[in-house]
Amino acid sequence: MDNTKNNYQLICGAEIHVELNTKSKMFCGCANDPFGADKPNIYTCPVCLGMPGALPVPNKKAIEDCILIGLALGCKIAKVSKFDRKHYFYPDLPKGYQISQYDEPLCYDGLVETSYGPVRITRVHMEEDTAKMHHAVVGGKKVSLIDFNRSSVPLVEIVTEPDIKSPEQAKEFLKKVRDIIRALGVSSCDMEKGSMRLEANISLSKDGTLPSYKVEVKNINSFRFFANSLEFEYKRQSEILEKGETPIQETRGYRDGRGTVSQRKKEGAADYRYFPDPDIPPLVIDDSWITQIKSRLPKLPDAIAKDLVTAGVIESAAKIIVNNPDYFSFITTIQTLEPSMVKIAANDLVNKKIDANTTPEDYLKTKKEKAGTKIVDESILKPIIEKLVSENQTLVGEYKAGKTGVLGFFVGGVMKVTGGKADASVVNKLLLSLL
Amino acid sequence: MKYNQLSIIDARELLKKNEVTSLDLTKDCLEAISTLEPKLNAFVSVFKAEAEAAAKIADKNLKSGIWTFETHPLAGIPIALKDNFATAGMKTTASSKVLDTFYPPYDSTVVRKLKEAGAIIIGKTNMDAWAHGSSTETSDYGSTKNPYDVGRLAGGSSGGSAAAVASHEVIAAIGSETAGSIRQPASWCGVVGMKPTYGRVSRYGVVAMGSSLDSPGPMTKTVADSALLLSVIAGVDTKDATTSPTPVPNYLQELKGSSISGLRIGIPKEYFLKDAQPGINELIIKASKDLESKGAKLIEISLLDPKYSIADYTIIQRAEVSSNLARYTGVRYGGGRELLGPEAKRRIMLGTYALSSGYYDAYYKKGEAVRQLLKEDFSRVFETVDIILAPTAPTTSLPIGASEDSAMFGELADVLVEASSLAGLTGINIPVGFVGALPVGMQLIGRHFAESTVLSAAHAYEQSVNWKDNH
Repeated sequence: MDNTKNNYQLICGAEIHVELNTKSKMFCGCANDPFGADKPNIYTCPVCLGMPGALPVPNKKAIEDCILIGLALGCKIAKVSKFDRKHYFYPDLPKGYQISQYDEPLCYDGLVETSYGPVRITRVHMEEDTAKMHHAVVGGKKVSLIDFNRSSVPLVEIVTEPDIKSPEQAKEFLKKVRDIIRALGVSSCDMEKGSMRLEANISLSKDGTLPSYKVEVKNINSFRFFANSLEFEYKRQSEILEKGETPIQETRGYRDGRGTVSQRKKEGAADYRYFPDPDIPPLVIDDSWITQIKSRLPKLPDAIAKDLVTAGVIESAAKIIVNNPDYFSFITTIQTLEPSMVKIAANDLVNKKIDANTTPEDYLKTKKEKAGTKIVDESILKPIIEKLVSENQTLVGEYKAGKTGVLGFFVGGVMKVTGGKADASVVNKLLLSLL
Repeated sequence: MKYNQLSIIDARELLKKNEVTSLDLTKDCLEAISTLEPKLNAFVSVFKAEAEAAAKIADKNLKSGIWTFETHPLAGIPIALKDNFATAGMKTTASSKVLDTFYPPYDSTVVRKLKEAGAIIIGKTNMDAWAHGSSTETSDYGSTKNPYDVGRLAGGSSGGSAAAVASHEVIAAIGSETAGSIRQPASWCGVVGMKPTYGRVSRYGVVAMGSSLDSPGPMTKTVADSALLLSVIAGVDTKDATTSPTPVPNYLQELKGSSISGLRIGIPKEYFLKDAQPGINELIIKASKDLESKGAKLIEISLLDPKYSIADYTIIQRAEVSSNLARYTGVRYGGGRELLGPEAKRRIMLGTYALSSGYYDAYYKKGEAVRQLLKEDFSRVFETVDIILAPTAPTTSLPIGASEDSAMFGELADVLVEASSLAGLTGINIPVGFVGALPVGMQLIGRHFAESTVLSAAHAYEQSVNWKDNH
């Protein structure tokens, strides 16, 4: 995307919803496993069905997980927080309101660095997921079915400031947030299953200041689609602005291959009639509780990548490893078992020289076995080298003229003959003495 | 003697002595119900077969010794519940046709505790639909009549429970109060009505009205019965985050040997309304003198004019109602939302307005600030007095139809109880006499979790005065 052509600056803020992987739901004891459920509506009770008389009791672990995410994203943690009711009518919301947080989120004022500049985190708050609608045909009739297995699953919402300035930055930022949350172990962040969901608020302006309108894009289920919707909106909005008009404030949906399409025009902010949920007393978060939660904070991907670089791994490889959970756990194990092998293992991983089924233990064992069967016997290696030297006198001449690079040819030749089993250091030593 | 006329305490004594069975108690209650219901309409549902079956089990367990009154303090006692308490498999309507066929899959915590204590759930009592009112005239199942004069109202919203206890259709009942819904009908029907501190009794399974105010409580023939029932239903509940971990004393035990000697009783002059029905204030003053003669100290105090609490209560309660009723536009429990009555619709509209963006600060938020002032007003007074004594209602029972032309009927009937409800305090109504043929109630208000103090004072009054002699 060429930002300079029309002199418009892209301005984007992200809203990220993450379902937590707690054992039970947000406000009741039902299992939190909407994806693992083999039938709809099996993990339900009066509370998550919104039955008359049922009351919500907040899940302490979910609140701690939300605070943990806030801490990992550099947020401040509220001393007092509360839950509010957000009212709207939709079939997937049995109470007629969602329990969310309005003006006192658990976490606020965070920051995530990207190579394109920082993205400030406005807030991280706790809420409950809705039930899931299924539009199906039953007995020849089009029907909408509701599965309450997902109703009241703990949901964390992360809201950023409008600091994202390009699709590339968006991708890097979103990946980083996902990697952090995965490293915390509090969510699978699986976008196909919907345990991580993205929304973008997109505007353009000449000078980078927030204009009077914004376009909200919903239903984005991959980082690529997020970047695509920025590209698409940049083009669409700049064309409107070029005509001297202002894009309409509206909600659009992302459709792969079609870009964003208008869903609903907003005449003003929707009135959710927020008010503090009288069923849930305010939360008091004292320092000792925060300290306790902080102790769960693992080393985050940025810090681990730095450690790998210190251990000799090149930076690009270190980044690939920390962003891949399988690689990451492989390398962490190597680090405990055999720190001296981290660099070699990192290279092997990145160059895909390690089979996915290989355990770190197997890997180290094979490496050692290979080292043990190396040919170090000079009486075997010397005749091979002598033969190569006599056959390639031109290269010997070049070497003597100072082209040391030709050594590699001779080492390679020896390896070919020995099937890679020659010990490189012995070969080098012999070569130098013979040349 | 008909056993339905017993108090819980007396019925327990007879059960202990094997002079009566739970089935006897239950059958006499059922008989009284079938005789009186055509006149009173205190019940929405009567569970005859289930109650008799439960009574037989109670008798068997008491006989074999599996149950004792230590393990099951309400063993074999028939009790009625206001119809807003969820009862598993038994119809729970909150007196609204919207819930006409709602058979909850679960028991409310109060019902669970009553069952665990061995009580027999005999039926569900009539109420104002959704507890919206102070007359039971908003019930979709017809209004409940006052046992003292069937041309008059039982009060509400727990009017069915009050009338059922007053007429001896049951031995005791459970009601719920948001502001006045236990105390006011108890006052109009001449029974004891105990409104516990907010958070003392679990709201889990009670069809929500004003969630920051709703307090379930006992409605009984004697103060001791209320003490016993409260000990059973009170306590912290893992299913209600607003319940308090404050330990539950044995309220009945605390009544025995308690003394009101030296008890400081505040008499708030603002609560003796000039336009109260003639005779009421005089009876309350007389009752206060009776307590003084038993050793209590009367202290004149000043509280915020109760008229301020009407506006405050109206805003907060309507806002919460509009939110709590939102669910009935989604999942349907038999009846559709078109069955919501005019009172529910009025409350939804007013509450929705009060919570609307741009009005929230002016109404709900301001309402919460005023509520804080009311709390502070009571805290100030409770530095110098132990309980507050006042009339429960400014009138005796009004004629059938009285609420129909007045959208604020309930708020005016409850003017003397709303402030203490907003403050979350405990209070009790006890009958102190009659104006004409209709009972008059006195309320005693206590500090948060001071149920023992309130019950002791009420008990002392009850022991020393035969209120039925006061005309």
